[in-house]
Amino acid sequence: MKKLLTILILNFFLINKSFALIEIDITRGNLDPLPIAISPLHVDIKSENFEGIKIKELGEDISKIIEDNFRGTGLFNPLKKEAFVQKPDIAHLKPRFEDWRLIKAQALVTGKLLISDNKLKVEFRLWDLAAAKEITALAFTTTPSNWRRVAHIISDKIYERLTGEEGYFDTRIIYVAESGPKDQRVKKLAIMDQDGANTKYLTLGNELVLTPRFNPTNQMVTYMSYFRNMPRVYLLDIETGTQEVVGNFPGMTFAPRFSPDGKKIVMSFAKDGNSDIYTMDLDSRVVERITDHSSIDTSPSFSPDGKFIAFNSDRSGLQQIYVMRSDGSEVKRITFGNGIYGTPVWSPRGDLIAFTKMRKGKFYIGVMRIDGSGERLLTENYYQEAPSWSPNGRVLVFYRETKSGSKGEGFTAKLWSIDITGYNERRLKTETDASDPSWSSLLSK
Amino acid sequence: MVRSLIYSITFHSILVLLTVLSLPFMLREPIDLPPIVSVELIQITDKTSIPYAPKARKIIEETKKKEEERLVSEQAPPAAKAKEKPDRIPLPNEKKEDKQIIKKKQNPEEIKPEIRQASEFEKKEIVDTNQIAALIDKAKEEEAIKQKKKDEITQSNRKNSFATGLTLSQEDALRAQIFGCWSVPLGLPYDENLLVRIKLNLKKDGTIMKSEILDHQRMNKPGQQFYKVLAESALRAVRLCQPLKVPPTGYDKWKELQLNFNPTEMLKG
Repeated sequence: MKKLLTILILNFFLINKSFALIEIDITRGNLDPLPIAISPLHVDIKSENFEGIKIKELGEDISKIIEDNFRGTGLFNPLKKEAFVQKPDIAHLKPRFEDWRLIKAQALVTGKLLISDNKLKVEFRLWDLAAAKEITALAFTTTPSNWRRVAHIISDKIYERLTGEEGYFDTRIIYVAESGPKDQRVKKLAIMDQDGANTKYLTLGNELVLTPRFNPTNQMVTYMSYFRNMPRVYLLDIETGTQEVVGNFPGMTFAPRFSPDGKKIVMSFAKDGNSDIYTMDLDSRVVERITDHSSIDTSPSFSPDGKFIAFNSDRSGLQQIYVMRSDGSEVKRITFGNGIYGTPVWSPRGDLIAFTKMRKGKFYIGVMRIDGSGERLLTENYYQEAPSWSPNGRVLVFYRETKSGSKGEGFTAKLWSIDITGYNERRLKTETDASDPSWSSLLSK
Repeated sequence: MVRSLIYSITFHSILVLLTVLSLPFMLREPIDLPPIVSVELIQITDKTSIPYAPKARKIIEETKKKEEERLVSEQAPPAAKAKEKPDRIPLPNEKKEDKQIIKKKQNPEEIKPEIRQASEFEKKEIVDTNQIAALIDKAKEEEAIKQKKKDEITQSNRKNSFATGLTLSQEDALRAQIFGCWSVPLGLPYDENLLVRIKLNLKKDGTIMKSEILDHQRMNKPGQQFYKVLAESALRAVRLCQPLKVPPTGYDKWKELQLNFNPTEMLKG
């Protein structure tokens, strides 16, 4: 009996040995951008000509936009087309995976397009080359003049599939277009696609404009301009072009922003050297005072859930960032670092607040958690401010002024973007000098 | 009757007890740690894990530091390769020749017929055979350099792996190889639990017979897009790395491998 038991126990321990699966922890990888091949879209031979569009080059043009979008993220490395081994007309059917792997591509985008009956039909496929399988495929039908947007929407879908987070390519940026010398600066409201294309000017430049902001549906813009020589908050409908002054305040109003539901505008109202934060309901026009303090409270920004407002105030002496409930209660200071903090902007993800910091004559754009911890300064320069978030909370756009001229007597203002990791700082293309950018949400959402 | 009942109860309890004892998680401690393992180490790498003499320790630690620094820079080669490759014209025939080289080293059955067919098809477009030969030579050289570098990455990233059945250098070689193949998706959030465990069934030549994500049901759950992206990137890495740098012996020990991909440290940094 004992023997049997011993044998049984031994046997089980021996079996155990086979259970000892070798485990290896992989905690590092390469940080190089993902190599992706974007094959030009194949143009169907049945395609008809459409006014103003070079149909033969359309496939190439769309893939070029996708490529530029991806290169701009810093997360992808679009491979050179000269190295491609398959022509678009074959590739869009089923790629020869092993050939694409030869050029070290890990993902491949193929597609085709057709214009008929004044409609543009675009199909695209995203292939995982290592797994030799299709991972996304979509088709769109739209008016041919919308082809740039189609390229951006495709970019968004691929970005989403490969990174797990929403894209930000089918978006627009509104900004203040500047021209002329410093003492006679002309400032106009301008709007463009996030890649710098399709710039349109919304105001003529007779009056100074500042701090434009989109509403959540991207139809309306609120900004500051002058009304009877007094700075006032305006509301502009982008589609119709109608403008109106917001509220009947007996003083100057500035630094406006929409609430996340788009029903309210939060702004600063200044009178007799004191400035406080107010909200105005756009339907009922009811004005509500949110802060009541003898200091200067300004630059309010709602949290994405609408429950909190971040703002800056000099109530403690130097200008610092505070967070309060959206009814004005429970005001809490969140910045305690050396220097002056301003322009807090809540991330669309809700986890971070972007800000401008001034210290020892330098300007920094940074991010921190909503309780003020984990401050990270992303970029430093002689003069830069006004960060605005991409809709996925991954990238910040801001403006930077740099000295120009042989003696540094002039200056230029340009838009820049930076990833929240602090990498991938890029200048955005604008037709003129530009300041005060505001990023829209996704247009196709 | 009573007697058989007692027998039955005794045997059943023994069975239950043995089953509980035999479950793998009960066995945290390595069962057999014979000194043979260290002998194996010496045979393969000429390096040992026997504690260093106090005087030597300082010097060795310094060397190790240097090695680790070097290791960081040595992660770069795949990147440089990725940048170089698109520039040159990928010649179909080169692919074929490449395979022949591989053939010498590995299992010939591995070359799928349809791949060979594709190469035959492409052969019609041959441009310049001399150029191809030059490229092949270059490829060989690159392979040799790569091999040398990988061999150098040995004693860094220390973790006692006696229990795993692989020596430190063997495990490090595998790890280093996968580091190079894994493009970490940089958009992932750093504050989420994103551990992807992949179980591999390997052939003797290091090619993958079967790969399985252990929590694959999590991939298709709503709100787990980041996990899905990471799992796919990990799968891509092991596929790109094929054949894995496995030890020449002890197939039974490593025919099943589990890789735990955890990018948290990298994303935080």
